[in-house]
Parts: sequence; C-alpha cells; structure tokens
Amino acid sequence: MTAIDTLPQAWQDELAVQLVADERTLATLEIDLDGRLEFRDGLIVLTDRRLLARTNEAADWEAWPLTAALTLTHHDHAGVGSLELDDGTRRLALWRYTLTHNPAALRFEREFNRQRDSVASGLPPAAPAAAICPICQAQLSPDEEECPNCARELHTPPSTWTLLRLWRFAQPYKRMLLLGFLLTLASTAATLVPPYLTMPLMDEVLIPYQNGQPLDVNKVAWLLGGLLGAAFLAWGLGWARTYILALVSERIGADLRTTTYEHLLKLSLEYFGAKRTGDLLSRIGNETDRLNIFLSLHLLDFATDVLMIAMTAVILFSINPWLALATLVPLPIIGWMIHFVREKLRTGFEQIDRVWAEVTSVLADTIPGIRVVKAFAQETREAHRFSEANKHNLEVNDRLNRVWSLFAPTVGLLTEIGVLVVWIFGIWLITNNTITVGVLTAFLAYITRFYVRLDSMSRIVSHTQKAAAGAKRIFDILDHVSSVPDPAKPVLLPPVQGGIQVENVHFRYGNRAILRGIDLDIRPGEMIGLVGQSGSGKSTLVNLICRFYDVTEGNIKVEGIDLRSVLVADYRKHIGLVLQEPFLFFGTIAENIAYGKPDATRDEIVAAARAAHAHEFILRQPFGYDSLVGERGQALSGGERQRISIARALLINPKILILDEATSAVDTETEFEIQRALNNLIRGRTTIAIAHRLSTLRRADRLIVMDRGKIVEIGNHDELMVREGHYWRLYMAQSKQLDAPPALGAEDDERAAPQPEHRPESEAKA
Amino acid sequence: MSAAFTLSRNAYGRLVYVGADGTRHENVTPVRAFAITAPDQGIALMSAESKELLWIERLDELPDEVRRLIADELYQRDFMPVIQRIVSVSSFATPSTWQVETDRGSTTLILKSEDDIRRLRSPGGLLIADSQGIHYHIRDRQQLDANSRKILKRFL
Repeated sequence: MTAIDTLPQAWQDELAVQLVADERTLATLEIDLDGRLEFRDGLIVLTDRRLLARTNEAADWEAWPLTAALTLTHHDHAGVGSLELDDGTRRLALWRYTLTHNPAALRFEREFNRQRDSVASGLPPAAPAAAICPICQAQLSPDEEECPNCARELHTPPSTWTLLRLWRFAQPYKRMLLLGFLLTLASTAATLVPPYLTMPLMDEVLIPYQNGQPLDVNKVAWLLGGLLGAAFLAWGLGWARTYILALVSERIGADLRTTTYEHLLKLSLEYFGAKRTGDLLSRIGNETDRLNIFLSLHLLDFATDVLMIAMTAVILFSINPWLALATLVPLPIIGWMIHFVREKLRTGFEQIDRVWAEVTSVLADTIPGIRVVKAFAQETREAHRFSEANKHNLEVNDRLNRVWSLFAPTVGLLTEIGVLVVWIFGIWLITNNTITVGVLTAFLAYITRFYVRLDSMSRIVSHTQKAAAGAKRIFDILDHVSSVPDPAKPVLLPPVQGGIQVENVHFRYGNRAILRGIDLDIRPGEMIGLVGQSGSGKSTLVNLICRFYDVTEGNIKVEGIDLRSVLVADYRKHIGLVLQEPFLFFGTIAENIAYGKPDATRDEIVAAARAAHAHEFILRQPFGYDSLVGERGQALSGGERQRISIARALLINPKILILDEATSAVDTETEFEIQRALNNLIRGRTTIAIAHRLSTLRRADRLIVMDRGKIVEIGNHDELMVREGHYWRLYMAQSKQLDAPPALGAEDDERAAPQPEHRPESEAKA
Repeated sequence: MSAAFTLSRNAYGRLVYVGADGTRHENVTPVRAFAITAPDQGIALMSAESKELLWIERLDELPDEVRRLIADELYQRDFMPVIQRIVSVSSFATPSTWQVETDRGSTTLILKSEDDIRRLRSPGGLLIADSQGIHYHIRDRQQLDANSRKILKRFL
C-alpha cells in the first residue's frame, strides 16, 4: 500500500511487527510533537480494523479497535494541530503536530471517518472526496498531500537554475541574440588588436631606431593606422552589440512584466488575500527591472570578459607559452581573493539594505498615522525613534566602510603584484634571450586590461544570485494556477432572471471551516438580508456567490446551472457589487461610473448618477462629471464615493446585486441618502445585502440569520422578532444602544464606547 | 479571590471551572494576557464561549493544585519554543530551512522571508515566525553561542 511506502524504513519495520497477518494499512500520520508540545516523533496508523499509535508517552504501541463510538476530532491553535480520539465518554488519546503535517492529518481524519463508518455500518467505505490545497484551494490529485506550487514557494530557496527558465521569454528573440553574440565576439576580438600591434612597434621600429637604424616611416604609418582602425572597429562593433542586446533585454523584460501582470490579474482573490500589496508591486516592478539589468549589463559584461580572457590566453600562448603561463597562473588566485573580500562585503551591504528598510519603515509607520501622532502629542517620541533607526544605520555603515575603504586599494595592490610577476619573469626571459622587449610590452598591455576586469567579474556571483532570487519570485506568480478556473467546455449562460440556489455549501479557508452546509433558495427579484455576528460567514457566502472563491463542497447554481461550468467573466457581468469601502480609480468621475461598461453614453452615465442620488453633488465639482478623483477619491466624502460606486453598479444594470456593508462606513444622515439611492438600485433585482445596522434591512423580503457558518433562522423582521431567537437578541442589543446613553456595563460591544469627534480610518487600523 | 472557585480536569482532559456562585463551566482555557513580556502575570480563564470568567493577577498567588493545572494547560497551549541554538541553515536566501535547538527539543523551521523576524522591545529579543505560523522566541541574541549569532546576523 502506498500509505506505508512513504514512511521511513525504521517506522516500516516497527509497524510490520504490530500488524496482524491480513491487516491492511489505510493511512499513516507522522507527528512531530508530543502531548506536552515537545518535539518528539511519533506515528499514528489507521488499518482496516484498528487505530494504532506509537508515541513517547506510552511504553509500547497503543491500539484501539474501530467501533462506531470512536470519534477523531481535529482542531488547531497557534500553529499547532491536534487530533483527539474519544469514545463518547472520555478522551482516549491526544496527538499534536506542527501544521507541516496538517494536510496529512486532515487526510488521516477523512480516511478514519470513512473506515469507521464502514466498520459500523458493515458497508464498503464511501468514495474518497477530492482533496484541496489549504493555501490556494487548488484541487489535488489523490496521491498528493500538498499542492506542488505552494510547497515549492514555501520550501525551495532560489536556485541559479531558475534563470534558465527565462529562456521561455528569450526564445522569440533568438536571431537577435545570436547576432548580438557574434557582434560580441567580433568587438572583443577588435579590442585585442592594439596590444598585439605594440609588439612589432617595439621590436621592428623603436628598438632598431634606438640602436641607430633609420625610422621606417611607412611601417610606422601602417602600424599606427592599424591601431586607429582597430579602435574605430571596436567602437563601431561595441556600439552595435550594446544596442542590439539592450534592445533584446528590454523586450524580454517588458514581456516578462506583461505576462506576469496578466497572469496575476487572473488569479483568485485568495491569492491576493495572502500576499501583501507592496510585495506584489515590487515583484512586477523592481524584480523584472533587476532581471533586465542583469541580462543587459552584468551578464553581457561577464560574457565579454570571459571571451576576452579566453582569446587573450590563446594569443599569449601562441606568442610564448612560458610567459603566458606566468601571466595566467596568478590570475585565478587573485580573482579568488577579490571574490573572497567581496563576499565579506556583500553580507555587510545586505545588512545595510535591511537597516535602510528599518529607517523607511519608521517613516511608513508614522506618516500615514500622523493624526494619531499629533493627537497624542508624540512628535518627539517619533522623532527619537527615527533618529535611533538612523543611528543604527550609521553604526552599520561605519563598520562596513572600514573594510570597504580598504577594498579598492587592495584590488590595486593585487593587480600591481600580478604585473610584477610578469615583469620579473619577462626580464628573466629577456636576459636569456628567449623573448624580445616587444613581446613583454604586449604581454603587459594585455595583462593590465584584464586585471581591471577581475573586480567586476567577481561580482557576477552575487549578481547572479540576486537575479535568480528575482526570477524565482516572478515564476512563483507565473506557476500559480487560478483556483477559480474557467471550465474546459463552458456552458452558455441563458438570460439571467436572478434566481440563485445554494445547495449544501461547505467552505474551508486554509484549515478553518467557515461555512458548514448552507442551503438557500433565492427567488428572482427577492431581497435577502444577511445577518449575523462578524465571523459568522456572511461575507464568505457572498464571495462564493460572486465566485471569487469556489465552494469546498456542495454547489451554487444560477438558472439551474452550476457556477463552475460557466465562464467567470460571463457570469460576473450580471453581478453588481457595492462594497463597504468604495474604491475609485484615478480618473474622472464619469470614467469611474462607466468602469463596468466603458462604452456607456453620457446620457446613461447621467441617468445612473441621478438614480444613485449622485448627480447633484457631482455637478458641484469644479468640472462636473469630468472632475478628477484621486488615488482613493480623496476629494470626495465617504458617502459621495459610495454613491458613485452605486451609480457604477446601476450602470451595468445587473440582475443580481450584492451590497456588502454598503452603508456601515458613513454617518446616519449620509446613510439615509445612500439608502434612498439603494432603493432605486434594488428595484426589480435579486439583492443580497449584508448590514450591521439591522434597521437598514427592514425592507428585506427575507432575513437570513447566520451563526458560525450555519443558517440558524430565516424569516422577515416581524416573524423573527416574534420568535425571540438570535435575531431578536441582535436587534434588542442594537436598539438598546440607540435608546440609552452608553452604559458602562456594555464594554464588550465596541459601539457602546463613546465615539470620538474625528474617526480617522488609520486609527482603527493602527 | 483565592479559593472561591474550583478547577479540575474531566475525562476528556478539559478543565472544568466551578465559580464562587456554583456555576459550572466545562472546557475553560487559561490565556496569557502578555504572553511574551509577562508570562506569569495577568492570566484570564476563558469559557468555551470566549467570555472571561476569572482574572488572575499573578500565577503564584494561587493554591498549588490550581496553579499546577493552569501552568500545565498553559504549557500545552502556548506553543512558543525558545531557540537556544541555531545548528545550521540551508541558505542565506529565503525561504531558508533552519535546524534549531529549542527548549522543547530540536526541530527544523522554514523562514519565508527576513520580514518574519521581529525585534522585540527587550534588548536582543527576537520573535521568528515560521512558514506554519509557529512563533519561535529568542530571549537575547547576544546570549547565543558564536555560531548561532553569526548565522543570525546574516538575516538581521
């Protein structure tokens, strides 16, 4: 069985002794913590008739025969998962593990339930349900416990080989790359001509002239002409090479950026939820740029240098092998020494980067929260914090500069020593009449050239590592598959009336069960109010209906068709969404209203704005509908922005409308305005509204009360009030706050706290 | 408030609290208010519905048996291994796998990015979050051995 094959040999041997002759192993779970949460290895095994465990808490293996009374419960807290086995009267065992083993544990629990049910009922076990990656919710094949993409992102450090994957982007430019390479070859060869010409210049012109022979003007002219020609040739070829390769690398970089961004936009909300915005921004912006520079600059320089050294070596050996040997042998040693010092410096530079990030993070912390800083008169403290970070920065820099200032002179010294070796050996060879002065001059001319390059060559290692890390971060995005994939054979969506059927929907986020068996039939044109405490699963349900995520179990149907079998974009056309925090893009008000339908006419836009009660305040703006709204609609108030986003939803004339806390970020008066706008909006559409203030849901046909992932009550306001259940309690709690002044006893409800005069959003986030 | 309540463990291994007025709560959990800065002060007993039942100013003012029960439960609940030695790291580029020795035995952790290392207010104190969300604590990095300090420095 595969369940056993993946275990380490030691466990396999030990387990084999425990099993009865025809006993089959169904699942195994390696655990890495004991009951007291100390790191100790253990093993739990499920067979077709027993549950076995080996931990350090018992002297030997423990075993429990499978019976109907046994239950295995899984839960996790602060990075530790636990499985509890009980028989209905007491706890039999408790196993703990770090969440690395969580996917395996969840699988184990599933297998256990299937096998126990089968033993209890005497029927063969039910078919296994498809497993789902807890991180990205992608479907896993039955033999995988972890999603390969998420696992790689987590576990593998960047490897230089990742850079080879860039070939996919370089391929369209194969010809240009080849041309660039040939040009590099030619231009490098051209730069090697001048030192070669110094040889005849010395031996056949200058030295004979010094010895009394007449100057051969013709020859001098030829040689000097050659020098000039070589210089021009190198110039022209170098220009063509740099231009072509820069062109190619710029294109590769641009392709990389667009491809990554296009891919990113298709990923599900889940992916965005788990990533920080700044991180994604830097991946697409900075990392692609860094790769670009690496390709066009560092890699090119390095290739040129290697070519130059190889060609030089060939020339030197063809002139004089012994002197060539003396010239080239110290080279790797000196190169290694330079590299060694650089590596030392590199950690220092990295440290400076991080300290620098610390300095900027103080700024990033304080400036957005400036109102809080000023309100609590903490300017001096913040200034002090900044100067502390700066001081730290100085200390690290000072330490590094001590070594860094030594670096350039050291490279100089090493170069001189290398040249000295050539001098010593050259003079010795000249005195032996093995070589001429011209040969030595040529050698010296060659050698100084590449000693200069050694420093930049030694940097290639760190450049490559950085580029590889960048490439990995980009491919991490590209390798991610959307968790709400479009179907291979999409079903055409018939005209949508707005009826939605939610059938036995379960949803798990990570390893937390958020929705547990939701059944709901929404009729076309009905207004549904979702009510419940925060964390009860209201927003999740709405997100599932929008298909931002896919359900873990069960299904959601529109017009009798499963959402997963229609194209995502096709379906979303019918949905209008108004969120708590309206987001306005940078652009004019008209553009923002027409976001969902860019070809809308001006009349349509004005009509939508009128219906959203936004028309009048828009006309008060300096350029009316053409007024620019900033990054987050800075110039507009919360209520005004909300009304623009309502107009946006109205304009696409959706059949299904979703209001996710659309009025909770504004004061009562604005809420009234928005409420009037909403009344226009919901007419004739299926509406699903979430609201904290229950009074805003009075108009709902049905109120759905949710608690901990389940529907607990359904009915209209009056029915639910009569029932005196969950809804009644929520309603009473709210109306009490409205009637009575904030009481001291009500401290566990944040609304009861006295409201501050100003309500900066940053304060709430801080 | 010393002995006005009782605390015991039931067959499921859960704590049972009976308050001074005789109300009984199954499955209560002790929670540290300041898990890092003051682990032995300010402990709350929470009911299964996450309501505070009792506030304990200091652990050592409780009767022995109750204190042992609470300390035991806290040890099993608050999982924050203290790193005593960093044996080796797989690479200095993240994600990096660390082989560490902690007060709860030796283990490996995966550091996703340098940002997951947080400096604490106490001098030299660090909190390291691994890829699974477990927090590892370093009380004072100056007190670690030379090799661990050297490794750590590359990430700070």
